[in-house]
Amino acid sequence: MTTPLRAPREIAAPGNGGVGDSPLRPDGTLKVRGEFAYSSDLWIEGMLWGATLRSPHPRARIVSMDIGLALAMNGVHAVLTHDDVPGRKHYGLDLTWDQPVLAIGEVRHQGEPIALVAADHPEIARRALKAIAIEWEVLEPLTDARRAAFDPTYPQVQERPNPARYQPVRFGDVESVRDRAEVVVTGTYEVGIQDQAFLGPESGLAVPREDGGLDLYVATQWMHNDLKQIGPCLGLTDEQIHMTLSGVGGAFGGREDLSMQIHAGMLALRTGRPIKIVYNREESFFGHVHRHPAEMRYEYGATRDGRILYADVEILLDGGAYTSATLNVVGNAASLGVGPYAIPNVKIDTYGVYTNNPPCGAMRGFGAVQACFAYESMMDKLGAACGIDPVTIRQINAASQGTPLATGQIIWAPLPMAEMLEQARRLPMPAPLDASDIRNLPGGASQTTHGEGVRRGVGYGVGLKNICFSEGYDDYSTARVRLEVIGGVATALVHTAAAEVGQGLVTVEAQIARTELGIEHVVIHPADNGVDSAGSSSASRQTYMTGGAVKTACEAVRQELFARVPGGHTDLSLVGGKIVSESMGVLAAIEDVLGEDAIEETRRFHHHPTTGMDKRTGQGDTHAQLGLCVHRAVVDVDVELGLVKVVELAAVQDVGKIINRLSLEGQIHGGTAQGLGLAVMEEIVVRDGKVRNPSFTDYLIPTILDMPPMRLEILENADPRAPYGLRGAGEPPTLSSTPAVVAAIRDATGLDLTRVPVRPEHLTE
Amino acid sequence: MKAGTPGAVPIQGGTDVMVEINFDVHRPAALLDLNQVPELFTWERIDGSYRVGAGVPYVQIIAELGHELPGLAQAARTVGSPQIRNRGTVGGNLGAASPAGDSHPPLLAGDAIIEVASAAGTRMIPAHEFYLGVKKSALRPDELIRAFWMKPADGPQYFSKVGTRNAMVIAVCSFAVALHPSERRVGTGIGSAAPTPRRALEAEAFLAESLDWEARMDPEVLRRFGELVAAAASPIDDVRGTADYRRHALAVMARRTLTWAWNDYRKVRAA
Repeated sequence: MTTPLRAPREIAAPGNGGVGDSPLRPDGTLKVRGEFAYSSDLWIEGMLWGATLRSPHPRARIVSMDIGLALAMNGVHAVLTHDDVPGRKHYGLDLTWDQPVLAIGEVRHQGEPIALVAADHPEIARRALKAIAIEWEVLEPLTDARRAAFDPTYPQVQERPNPARYQPVRFGDVESVRDRAEVVVTGTYEVGIQDQAFLGPESGLAVPREDGGLDLYVATQWMHNDLKQIGPCLGLTDEQIHMTLSGVGGAFGGREDLSMQIHAGMLALRTGRPIKIVYNREESFFGHVHRHPAEMRYEYGATRDGRILYADVEILLDGGAYTSATLNVVGNAASLGVGPYAIPNVKIDTYGVYTNNPPCGAMRGFGAVQACFAYESMMDKLGAACGIDPVTIRQINAASQGTPLATGQIIWAPLPMAEMLEQARRLPMPAPLDASDIRNLPGGASQTTHGEGVRRGVGYGVGLKNICFSEGYDDYSTARVRLEVIGGVATALVHTAAAEVGQGLVTVEAQIARTELGIEHVVIHPADNGVDSAGSSSASRQTYMTGGAVKTACEAVRQELFARVPGGHTDLSLVGGKIVSESMGVLAAIEDVLGEDAIEETRRFHHHPTTGMDKRTGQGDTHAQLGLCVHRAVVDVDVELGLVKVVELAAVQDVGKIINRLSLEGQIHGGTAQGLGLAVMEEIVVRDGKVRNPSFTDYLIPTILDMPPMRLEILENADPRAPYGLRGAGEPPTLSSTPAVVAAIRDATGLDLTRVPVRPEHLTE
Repeated sequence: MKAGTPGAVPIQGGTDVMVEINFDVHRPAALLDLNQVPELFTWERIDGSYRVGAGVPYVQIIAELGHELPGLAQAARTVGSPQIRNRGTVGGNLGAASPAGDSHPPLLAGDAIIEVASAAGTRMIPAHEFYLGVKKSALRPDELIRAFWMKPADGPQYFSKVGTRNAMVIAVCSFAVALHPSERRVGTGIGSAAPTPRRALEAEAFLAESLDWEARMDPEVLRRFGELVAAAASPIDDVRGTADYRRHALAVMARRTLTWAWNDYRKVRAA
């Protein structure tokens, strides 16, 4: 057997819907029934189980390590350390190569991988890990992000110096208008560490091939970027690794960094046996990066009538021990530090630092999420200081098409923010509290109130997110489309390396192929590296980028098909499986023109080019696209106990063009829920560099009783640069729901609330 | 069997034991599967008391004993998810003896008695003598929990639990109150705010002395009751909440639950 059980196969896309329809997704029913094959379900005969020894300390030297006892255990096939890494000893995103595959003489965060074991059974592997003896020299962890950024005497965390990135933004001249401000408001805001909390833990299978290479089956977000790191570390060329995306149980950025890929590869190459690695829930909390915690200091000066004259901002982001996505997180926070507001004078200083706190990197909306909580809190504060309501103060300062961002980049596409706010304000309010069912009340079935102490509040939030990669990065996507007659019916095979992480991408790919080729039957090839890169399933970019690539490849197939129609027609289109001439009507069925042939075209799709941020001023046309979402939150707060029930979240979002309404609404619901989680419950609690709640018992994510029904208003103002005019949609709602919920809690309680997640004790102190 | 292998961990629903095994917290020498003992799955009424087998799951307590043991049924409703309530049992809660177990406060407030059995015979342990320390109970290594005994509610009972999520949450702290009008007495139980579940004894004594069972609730009595309940706790700061917040929340829950119970009691008398 060379193919594992439950490995991905070609799937026929269900339904017959094209662009704008909502065909069902192929994985939906399977997931609901518990039958979907996730990467943790892979199995192959003769496989061994890999396991990872991790550091209990956030900062320590490894004085000595003895693997002898572990290696001698029955059923143990290999025990590997950094000495056994075949190639480069470090990996890392963005060519930083600063993260050891396995710790080399020291550890820099709790949970850092130190050694690997391959054994016949996971329980034997677990015991072997316990048998590895390490003599530690435990050091005081470096956990003070502020000192890491500003104190030159603070010890260095790793070889790369602090800060990992400092990015200033200078627009206009803050000093020149400081004196003219009639109203000045200041605030210091904090965002705790949020986790992606995907349900499918890191897992996969590495199968050694006879030619010395590897077949890798993993759940990831961007396999080609994985390969750029895996190959050099394993001492293999790209051609020697065949990578297949396996069932991904959620990602949200947490799979941009490598987890078990190189480790499983090392064990497979060493033992010559297939290696399966599956993290458990606790290990998963240490197996991926989290959202950067942030400390943010804001000062806005404005006229008495609410017009902002200047913004003076400092944003401090703690990335933990290694670079991961910190450079880009800093870029987003810096460029979007004051959000979608037209502020004539802006000074933003953004720092990303190394510490021994938990490693942080990509998570849905990164950089922009943290800043959004601060700038939206500031808008409410400014409104209150000027006696202007939250919607109006935002409308007064709203950016729009043609106005510049803080980076000087002119907003080129429609951005009807003021109108969207008006729309949000005018939505009908939810019904008043019905206290007859305790599940409607804060505390729910836990019966903390029968209505006593409950006050209602309303708040607004607006978030602006860059879509696709920014700062000059060409994150192209590739698609291969093959049109042939199968069983008498014209069928398109769509092949990309794009990661379906649960967002519904493969459904959208099929819709686009149907629309562009005028057919119904579409088959999706498993995502693998048999085709060039599709870029990452992040930055809300796949419908835009891989959708764009599929569209472009389909257009090329269409042109080739038309070239085979005799008569040199120039007015052809594909409709209902037929080749149609505008002047002469139906000419032929696609099947008749194709015959036994297949037409296969591979195309690369690029977004509009962007520039970097100037190192001193942050100026530049840095973003490829912008997505905007407005939230209105209505909450009931038990002000005596500090418990919150979000009653309703209404969202107004501009998506340019609705490709699949069902999936889109799912993205808005999900992004909103994740933002709600950050507002009121989700936090990795850290003390002295150690995680105190690595479990779903104590890292809480919203349940169905926490996430309220949503009212959605979806707008379609096309972005002229994007395929179909669409805008990425997954991240903007994650930004705006957090500040909207917190604003509503402030409205109910009258408290200042400068930190998320808001905890009950913050509301009762 | 338990006497022969005292290290064996009894398992019923597995909602606690299996989690600890999966996460490598405990690796017991043996598991003793109680699911093969049908007697544990039944409840019966004997001499005016309910004897509820240790294996009766929460879902059955909610469905079948909600009227007779309302405080416990309310607590059962707050346990985990529907799947957990299908499997989890009061017996398991007692076996784990976690201060955060949801059953404990209503068992304390309702004067439950725990029936434990061994090869040597049966012991009846009042709930308030059962909890000895963090996850330590009066259960001896050779004993198993057979059942708990509780009298049907002779007055209104309420359970209230603070968590930072509106469902599926472990208690930050919890409180149960049970009015015993025939004895002119109020029972209490505090959860997750001390090394063990415990009664607020001074608060109970205060009510026994100060409560006028013929009158409306005196706000001053209510306030003092809340204070005494909070004072009865010895909470800690942990990842789920601070000690100060727990004391504060207990006072609020104590006042609210007593008010609800009192209003019910007055309504019944008025009717």
